[in-house]
Amino acid sequence: MRFSGLRVIKEGLTGNKGWSAHWRDPSPKDAYDVVIIGGGGHGLSTAYYLAKEHGITNVAVLEKGYLGGGNVGRNTTIVRANYFLPGNSEFYSHSLKLWEGLEEDLNYNVMHSQRGQIVLFHSDGQRDTAIRRGNAMRNQGDDAELLSVAQLRRMVPYLDYDQARFPIYGGLLQRRAGTARHDAVAWGYARGASDRGVDLIQNCEVTGIDVEYGKVTGVQTSRGAIRAKKVAMITAGRSSQTAAMAGMRLPIESHVLQAFVTEGLKPCIDHVISFGMGHFYISQSDKGGLVFGGDLDMYASYAARGNLPLVEHVMEAGMTLMPMIGQAKVLRSWGGIMDMSPDGSPIIDKTHIDGLYLNCGWCYGGFKAVPASGHCMAHLVATGTPHKAAARLRLDRFRTGYGLMDEEGTGAQHNLH
Amino acid sequence: MRITCPICGERDRREFYYSGHALALDRPAEDAGAEAWDDYVHNRDNPCGETRDLWYHEMGCGAWVVVTRNTATHEVIATQLAEDTS
Repeated sequence: MRFSGLRVIKEGLTGNKGWSAHWRDPSPKDAYDVVIIGGGGHGLSTAYYLAKEHGITNVAVLEKGYLGGGNVGRNTTIVRANYFLPGNSEFYSHSLKLWEGLEEDLNYNVMHSQRGQIVLFHSDGQRDTAIRRGNAMRNQGDDAELLSVAQLRRMVPYLDYDQARFPIYGGLLQRRAGTARHDAVAWGYARGASDRGVDLIQNCEVTGIDVEYGKVTGVQTSRGAIRAKKVAMITAGRSSQTAAMAGMRLPIESHVLQAFVTEGLKPCIDHVISFGMGHFYISQSDKGGLVFGGDLDMYASYAARGNLPLVEHVMEAGMTLMPMIGQAKVLRSWGGIMDMSPDGSPIIDKTHIDGLYLNCGWCYGGFKAVPASGHCMAHLVATGTPHKAAARLRLDRFRTGYGLMDEEGTGAQHNLH
Repeated sequence: MRITCPICGERDRREFYYSGHALALDRPAEDAGAEAWDDYVHNRDNPCGETRDLWYHEMGCGAWVVVTRNTATHEVIATQLAEDTS
């Protein structure tokens, strides 16, 4: 089923009776060339690019719940490429370019909105850092503009510029950054993969990974055993449990990150705004709700819900930055499980087991990475060699110290990212 | 979440600084080798369920506390001074 303007008009005039399911609902076969564990954004995009770029269509995506029911369906939807260090910078640059062609590629409206992201700074030192980061972004081929406080006041007059604690000195703007409709991204990739022959199997929990003589041979699932030549583990916050089935321990701690959305309001916030000093970022959804979040709850958790101290902290930061939102009613909050790596950067790599691949460590920033993650993961699984945009996202970088990508400058250590 | 400091009693979680899994207390010998040290510094069991964390009572008495906790429910099961665990 393809979307087109003509089709929308025709369906509109005939009671919308002609729309069909977006993907098939097959039963699992006995064997596949590739089994992907995890039907989230990264798993679905990997399946899509395996089929589209490499012609590998004898693929199953195994999802224990429903497609897109994890972090890809619950996040703050921000898409950006304002990374600094080699390794991350080319990867997210690659991802942003894929985002820009995604709707045409998928024939799916993912509501990609390049409304611009502004990262505020609050001291001379932070301004210097912002200039340096902006230069790095331009060097990686992306856009960056430094905004003076006068320019910023004209663009976003509603911030509290002269607050005592964190007066606003200016901002770094990336105009090509913005947001996308997170569910549609999952659905678009799912439909694209399914149309190309990939089996998307829901309610199918993987309970074991079969390894013989150092080579992966398949998986055990709640719907029976499935043989596979290659297995890709793409399970985000659950990566440690998935890898444990193959006898591996990962450099991952799972943490909960909360986010919030208010009642629908008239358009008032035109950009994505990040307030690093207060750990707060906000945008307005196309439905009108203010979508915002802050920091991790800062202790290992699988609860998929947060605790109140961080709620209070986020609300305080929001009120510090933009007092105008104080009357908005928060409709709901949610917590997602983040696979935090020691250096805050992702891992896309082979494992020591032949045919077993790992994609994890997305920390609190996996959504913007969905296209490049799948693209690079598919390249790795299909060819056995890393894609050049993900060449540094190696599992052994912690052991060797080579290529650690510590964006926050806090050291490659758990609990600091 | 409230944590019982063995010295001060039950306190708000915000009085404590979280320092990760309590395996930090099982420091390898200096000559244990690169593999043991890599495993100690970077790799984690990261269980969904019961775990042992190390928390520092920075807004209280300054004690290091080993907290036995369920990561799926946030239930605090037991607390103990780190110095009493060895």
